[in-house]
This record gives sequence, C-alpha cells and structure tokens, in this order.
Amino acid sequence: MSLLASLPLYPLISFLVLITFGKRLNWAIASWLSVGSMAAAALCSLFLANQLSLHESSVITAHLWQWFSIGSAEVNISFYLDALSAVMILVVTGVGFLIHLFAAIYMKDDENFSRFMAYMNLFIVAMLVLVLADNLVLLYLGWEGVGLCSFLLIGFWYQERNNVLAARKAFIVTRIGDTAMAVGLFLLFKSLASLNIAEINQLAQTTASFTASSINAKNSEAYWAALLLLGGAVGKSAQLPLQTWLPDAMAGPTPVSALIHAATMVTAGVYLIARMNGVFLMTPEVMNYVAWLGGITLLTAGLAALAQNDIKRVLAYSTMSQIGYMMLALGAGAWSAGVFHLMTHAFFKALLFLTAGTVILALHHQQDLYKMGGLLKKLPVEATLFLIGLACLIALPGTSGFFSKEAIIASLWSSPTAGPSLWWCAILGALLTSIYSCRLFFLAFLGKQRFPKTRVISEHLETSKLLRGALFVLALLSIFGGLVTIDLSSLFLTYQPGIINRSNNPSWLHLVAIVTPFAGILFSWFYYKRYRILGYKPLRASQNPWVVFCRHGLGFDTLYATFLIKPYCFIAKLNRKDLFDQTLMLLAWYIGIWRDILSASQNGHLRWFAAAFGLSMVGLIFMVIL
Amino acid sequence: MMLTLIVFGLLLSGCLAWFADNKVLLGIKLQAKWLSLLAVLVLSCCFLLLVYCSEKNFQQLQLFARVPWIRSFNIDYALALDQLSITLIILTFFLAVICILVSWQEIQKKTGFYYFNLLATFAGILGVFCAVDMFLFFFFWEVMLLPMTAIIAVWGHEKRYFAAVKFFIFTQVSSLLMLVAIIAMAYIHQQQTGDLSFYYQDWLMLDIKLDVAQYLMLGFFIAFAVKLPSVPVHSWLPDAHTQAPTAGSVLLAGVLLKTGAYGLIRFVIFLFPQASENFAPIAVTLAVISIIYGAKMAFAQNDFKRLVAYSSISHMGFVMLAIFSFNEIAYQGAIVTMVAHGLSSAALFALAGIIYQRVHSRNLTDMGGFWQSAPRMGGFGLAFAAAAFGLPGLANFVGEFLSLVGAFQVFPIMVIFAALGLIGSAIYAMVLFQNTFQGVPSKLVEDLSLREICICSSLLVSLIILGLYPNILLRYSFGALL
Repeated sequence: MSLLASLPLYPLISFLVLITFGKRLNWAIASWLSVGSMAAAALCSLFLANQLSLHESSVITAHLWQWFSIGSAEVNISFYLDALSAVMILVVTGVGFLIHLFAAIYMKDDENFSRFMAYMNLFIVAMLVLVLADNLVLLYLGWEGVGLCSFLLIGFWYQERNNVLAARKAFIVTRIGDTAMAVGLFLLFKSLASLNIAEINQLAQTTASFTASSINAKNSEAYWAALLLLGGAVGKSAQLPLQTWLPDAMAGPTPVSALIHAATMVTAGVYLIARMNGVFLMTPEVMNYVAWLGGITLLTAGLAALAQNDIKRVLAYSTMSQIGYMMLALGAGAWSAGVFHLMTHAFFKALLFLTAGTVILALHHQQDLYKMGGLLKKLPVEATLFLIGLACLIALPGTSGFFSKEAIIASLWSSPTAGPSLWWCAILGALLTSIYSCRLFFLAFLGKQRFPKTRVISEHLETSKLLRGALFVLALLSIFGGLVTIDLSSLFLTYQPGIINRSNNPSWLHLVAIVTPFAGILFSWFYYKRYRILGYKPLRASQNPWVVFCRHGLGFDTLYATFLIKPYCFIAKLNRKDLFDQTLMLLAWYIGIWRDILSASQNGHLRWFAAAFGLSMVGLIFMVIL
Repeated sequence: MMLTLIVFGLLLSGCLAWFADNKVLLGIKLQAKWLSLLAVLVLSCCFLLLVYCSEKNFQQLQLFARVPWIRSFNIDYALALDQLSITLIILTFFLAVICILVSWQEIQKKTGFYYFNLLATFAGILGVFCAVDMFLFFFFWEVMLLPMTAIIAVWGHEKRYFAAVKFFIFTQVSSLLMLVAIIAMAYIHQQQTGDLSFYYQDWLMLDIKLDVAQYLMLGFFIAFAVKLPSVPVHSWLPDAHTQAPTAGSVLLAGVLLKTGAYGLIRFVIFLFPQASENFAPIAVTLAVISIIYGAKMAFAQNDFKRLVAYSSISHMGFVMLAIFSFNEIAYQGAIVTMVAHGLSSAALFALAGIIYQRVHSRNLTDMGGFWQSAPRMGGFGLAFAAAAFGLPGLANFVGEFLSLVGAFQVFPIMVIFAALGLIGSAIYAMVLFQNTFQGVPSKLVEDLSLREICICSSLLVSLIILGLYPNILLRYSFGALL
C-alpha cells in the first residue's frame, strides 16, 4: 500500500483501538497511541510533501477500490495529492499533532479521556479524507464525517444541556449547508456527467452547455452549481448566513475549539472553493458573491468580537472574521493568498486557543474577561505566547499573519471580482481586528487582578514541559511560518481572457494597509485606558443596547429562532397527531356512528320493527309510483 | 423444487416449533426459539446453496417450479427468482435471524404460537418475493398479513388490538383493489389470447390499451403504496410499529415494507410501463411529500418507536421517488435504499426493544444520559442514528445519493425538495440520539448483553460493508429492470 493511502490509516487505527477498549486503557497508553499516530501521520505528510516537490507531474495518487459507479462514471475511494492538498495535510496533521499533544495533557483528568482522544483522531481522519479525496462524493464523506465529529466533540461533556444544544445546533446548521452542497453535486453530475474533481475542473472550462444559458448569464448551470457549492462552504466555514453555530461551539473542551478553528472543519469550506476553482472561475458573479460574503462576514464578526466577554468567544468571532478574509481572497481570485492565510491562521489560531486554554485552566475554568486582569505577572510565559499570537492576528510586520494578510489585501483593489469597496472592507476589518485584539489583551493580561487572590494557579500545568513545548513550536511557526512561501499559482486556473484587470493599484494602498493595525493599537491604547491601568475602579461589561446586540452576534440567532425554528416546532407540535391519520380515522368514526345507529335500531321491540316495516313499505310504494 | 421446500419448510418448521415447544425429547427440553433459529439458519444456508450452485443467470426471471394448481381457472403454482428477489430474500433471512434473537427474552407467553406466526410471516414474505403466478402472489400476500396481525394483536403493547385492526383493514382494503386488478388482467388475457392466465410472464406479453392500463395500474399502485407506505395512506404504520413487539417492528420495517417497493418495481412499472410513466409526476410528488412529511412528523414524536416509524415513511419516500424516475441510477439507488433501510430501521427498532426492556418505556422524556451507564449501547445508538440520517460510509447514504442523483436527471425541482429531507433527517436523528443518550443521566441502565451485542454489531457491520463496498449489491446491473 502506498504511503499516501496509509496516511489517514494511522489515526483511524488509533481511533478503532481507543473506541474498542475505551476506559480499559490507562492514560499513558491512550495518549501514546493517539498522539503517536498523529506524529506518524505528520511525518508521513512531511515526507509526502517532500516527495511531491520532486515528482515530475507533481501529483501523487492512490487508488484503493471502486466505491460505486453512477452510470458510467466511477466513484472511487482514491486519494489525490497535489500542492494544495499537500499544504492542507501538512496543516491538518502538523497542527493537529501539536493540538493532540496539548490535549493529552489538558484532558488528563477527564474520566472519558480515551473516548475524547478517539473522537479527536476520527476528526483528523475525516479531515484527511476530505482534503485528499479525488472525487466530490468521497470529499462529501469526509465533509459529513467532520460534521459528525464536531458534533461529538462539542457535546463531549454531554451531561450539560447547553453543550448538547450547542452540538445539535452546530450539526444541523452545517447540515443545511451540506444539503445545498449535495444538490450542487447532483447538478454537477447532471451537466458534466462526472464527479471527479480534476475532471470537473477540466470539463467546466470546455463544456459549452455548462456556462451557456438560455435566459441570461446569471442562470447558467455553472452559476447554480457554484452557488450551491458555496452554500456548503458557507455552512462549514461559518460565514454569513450560516455562521451562528461557531460561537456556541465553544461549549466543547478548549483543544476541540483549537482543532475546529485551526486545523480542521472551518478551513474545509475555503478548501472546497479553492479546490473547485475551475467551476467558480466560470461564473464571475458567484466569485463576486464569495468576495462580498467574506467582506461582510469579516466586518460583522469583527464587530461582534469587540463586544464579547468570554475569552473563547472573542477568539471564535475572530476566526469567523479571518475566514472572511480567506473567502475574500478566493472571491478576488487570489487563490494562493487565501490558502496561505489559511495556513498561517492555523498556526496562530491554534496558539491563541491553546494558550487561552492554559489560562482558563489556571484560573479554574474562568472564561470571563472581566474576571481576569493582571495575568501578565502571574503567567508571564503564557502572556508572551498570547501576545505573539495576537501580533500575528493583527498582522504586525514580520509575523506570518502579516505576509498572508498583506497578500490578500494587495490583491483586492485591482481584482475584477472584488474592487476598491472590498479593499476598504478589508482595511476596516484589519482596524477592527487590532482593536478587539488589544481589548482582549488589556482585559486579560493588564490592569488590576479581578479574581480572588486565594485562587491559586494550578501546579500540574506549570510543570508540564510537553504542554509548553507544543505552545513554543506553535509560536515559532506563527512567527516564521510566513517565510515559507508557498507557490500554488501553477495549480489554479486563471481568468478567461475576456476579463481584464482593472486600473493599476494606486501607490498609497500598501502604506495604508501596513499602517492600519498600528492605528488600531494606538486607538485602543487610549480608548481602553481603563482596562490597562492598575487601580482603576471596578470594571463591568457594558450594558449599552448596541453592545449587547453585538455581543449576541448581531441578532442572527433571534432572527432564525423567530422565522425558522419556532415555526417548524410550532407546525410539528400542531400536527403531532398527524392530519392524514385524523382524516382517515374520521371515516372510522363515521362508520362507528352508523354501526351504533343501526345496532340501536335492532333492539328487539316489536313496535320498532313494525314501524320500520311500515315505513319501508310506504317508501317502496312511493318509489314504485314515482 | 428446492425453492418450494424452503418456503414451505419455513411454514412447517413454524408448525413444528408450535407443537414441540416445551416438550421433552430424549431428555432435552425443546424450545420454540431454538427450533426456529435452527430452522431459519438451515433454510437460509439451503437458499444460498441453491443460488450459488445454480447455473442460471439471474439477470432475467428464472423459473424454479411451475405446476398446475387450480386447473379450471388456469392458475399455476409458479416460483421464479431474479437478482431483485434474491437480494430481498437474503435480506429477509438475515432479518429473520435478528427477529428471533430480539424475541429471545422478550416473548414469555405462548412462545410456540409466537414463533409459528413469525415463521409463517417469513414464509409468506418469501412467497411474495418469488411467486410469478399472480393468484399465488395474492395468496402469499394474504399469508404474510394474517400472522403479522396476530403478532401485533397478541404480543403487542397497550393499544395492540386497535393497532392490529387498523393494520389489517388498511392492508386488506387496499389489497382488494389489487385483487380486482388481478382478475381484470386475467380477463384481458382471455380476451386477447382466448385463455385465462395468471402467469406473470404471459402478462408481460399483453398489449393493454392505455386508458384501461391506467386504472389497472392504479389498482396495483394503491395496494403497494399502502404497504410502502406513502402519504396519505401511511397512518397504519406508526400505530402498528409502536404497538408491535420488537420483532414485529423489525419485521415490519425491515422486510414487510419492502414487499410494497418490490411490488411497485415488479408489477406496476413492468406490467404498465407507459401508464406508470404518465403517472410518475403524481407518484413522485407523493414521494417527496412522504419524505418531508415523514421527517417532520418524526421530529414531533415523543415515542421512540413512533419516531422511527415516521422516519421509515420518509426513507421509503426516497425509494418511491427513485422507482418512478425511470432512470437506471435511481433504480440502483432504490434497491440499495431498500436493503439499507431494512438494516438501519431494524437496528433502531431492535435498540428500542433493548431500551424498553430496561426502562419499560418508549417515551423519550423518560430517557436521557444513558451514555453514562451504557456506553456500548450509546455507541451503537449513535451509529444507527447516523445511518438513519445518511452518514456517508454507511449503506443508507449510497442508496439515497444514487436515488437523488438519478432522480435529479428527470425531476430536478422535486429532488431539491426531497433534499430538504436530508436536513429533516438530521434533525430527528439528533433529537432521537440526544434525548436518549445525552443530557443528565436519569436512570442507570444495564449495558448490552452478549446476545444484544451480537445483534447490534451484525447489523452495524453489514451497514458499514454495504456503505463502503456497495458493489456487492450494485454489481448486479439489474439490467432486467430497464
């Protein structure tokens, strides 16, 4: 069996062993198994990526078996590795390995430790299948698998009602996107008679009927197919309008959040669009929608992040906003920049989440920013690591986030499917990013200590070198990850010759983009003064209605509850007895009435019979006469 | 001959189980459950041998027996097999073993009579799948109905009598329509060729005028649509499922519903291709309504078994949608869905029975947090719920995907509506799984016993095998179907 085919096998074997033996495995065996399998997978993908650059055709494939065939089109269980999927497997297994390592220590005391690690392994398996699939059906398998694993992990502490609801919400909301994607697959198959990704990208360019339309350009099959695929991407990547599950997904243990936000799950949508670039390029309208979706999401999520009290929720909204940048890049046709940002974001978001996790654990599961403060002195190492993560998030020059975000912003102005207005969106988003990052840092690490003095920092975390080790590696990756330039441009198709780039970039663009984060920091330094000054009067979360509105995710939850969930539940409750059944049972009731009437008439009284006899005779005579 | 032996062997061993139950032979106390398990195992081996050793090519119907039965009406005793019926018969045998295993401890009263009824139902179902004389088909159709009614009425839950009567009346009234259509067909055959004939292959040769064909098709269609069941004639199913004992539910969902789908393919589509193609828009609309309505109703239920029953209606909608799409891909999807639903719904009903034995309730509000005390049960519950909502990698996904891809070529708008069923199924499966296994642990329940693990894991393994390697089913091109 080839190395590529064995890649998802390591975590899968670990999953199977862990789930079969469960609690009978002690902590050491379970963590060696799960983390070891991830290490093997990470080494394996490093080797494969290295091999790929030597390989002449720069594609490695592995065919396992034929899954089924749709008509004459085969759907195979086979893997396809090119530069794009190589970047993805490196991120998934590399960052995934570090998160596993962290989780093994973080979750040590949980009574269901081995089940937790099993789910984490399965999550990685699903994600690997997703990024390696050579056809859309296999990709859909990974896609749904990721959904299921996120459901299991978000609801891992299943005894609390909130976690259960959050898990359900995540699953159902993403399932709505998945269904759109499934319909997209049906449409693609109908018009192109194939579900193989490489073939579709080829055929989309050459099949005239796919892009042509009888009515107008907005109604071609390519348009609808791309739109439906976008529906799937929006669900998994938590973009508007299906973004509501992501903040609630914070109910899961912190390593899960890191895994969902950095290595797996939310990057799937970005990957899907990048992977299907052949289809998206055929419809500039949809590319434009993708860019706008990304732009609007990054702004709304940034606003929401400004108003959060919970350290993990700030990070959740920041993920949403950063994915918005990636979508913006994809929509603008800057595929490489989008994937590059995906990679750097995975590094620093994993770092941020895991560091936040240590902070939360050190404060005995305190997540409220208004009950932290002054942690710089108590946890200097964590504070430094967190600062590094935030610097990347803000995109300070020199960090990895800077390179990737600048690449995105630079491509926007002159892109035929984006343009200056979206460039301004991105700049505004960068400003918001730096403001909410500063607010986060000031509230958590500076200012007065706002938690009880008696609450000591847990000791076993302090001593764990492995935990710190994972964080240091991530910090190094976050700083220097930007130096690894990945060139994927040969991989992606470019625009049709019909569309020409707009005017050249004005010279001041670059300067504005670099200065913006600093402007944000400067602004926060003064605006959030009370958060960072010692001895300030007690802080409380703002109750301003606008802030509360932003804190609750700009009302999307309420909107969906009123217009979708409540009507559905109402109709379901109303019709619990089944209308069709009631109608049919009415027939039974009607027959029952007649039975009662007729049986009542058979009462054995002679006078009844005589009367009935007489009346019938009269009736008969009348009928005869008439 | 062999096939006859297998069908009647089931009936005879049923009788044997009835009479020999609790008798002592050679110092061993005979038990009906052991006898019937043995009989089913032996007979299923016989059947497999029969198929594997046969030189015949099962692409077309292969005749196994044909002897005159009622000469005055030219009625024959005729049995035949093709790939479709072989697939369904293997499913039937597999679920027969499951049915006996789930009744192992549940049935404590009148065990002999119970196993007689169970085996008689299986004999009837087997007969339905291989009869090619329509009178014989109708005979078997009734044979499977009566013992099933008895199973619900005698060993069912609190409202068993009502449910049994409802089941009986629905099926009986609709099969009367089929009987009329059968007789009319025989009469038409007499008009065209001079002889009465109830033989299926003879009927295929008939050239029926479209307006007549439309009515005759409807007669068959209604009978099978009730059995399938399709909205609006589905309402016997939730009651029957809820009230039946576990094995009854497994039997109903697993194979009895499939006789409806089998009939639609074998008789409605094949005998009246033109008429059913004209009727397709209506049938497909009914199918889509079933899919969405079933999913929505399933969400509203508090009763574990009732929820699964409504989900069956939703799943069988996919089968009907696929059958009436007149597309080879969709047909393959229909067949995979039939088998997959047979396994997954059987699994969920078996699980319902397992839980009922522990908490003596089917009400979801009485459950919750079972994962704490019964993690193995939880794991299986999750897997079966995942099968129900069509997780790729399990058999149901392949069936639904092929059905929808195929149907999309013909009815794109309808398929978009049907795809809403995918969301609906996720919602009810989540409600089912989370209300049972997650949340605050309300009771401590015993984890699965060895017998129950055998039941669950055999079902799960077959779901996974069919999900990852559906070519076991699909390598038969079912070419004869088109």
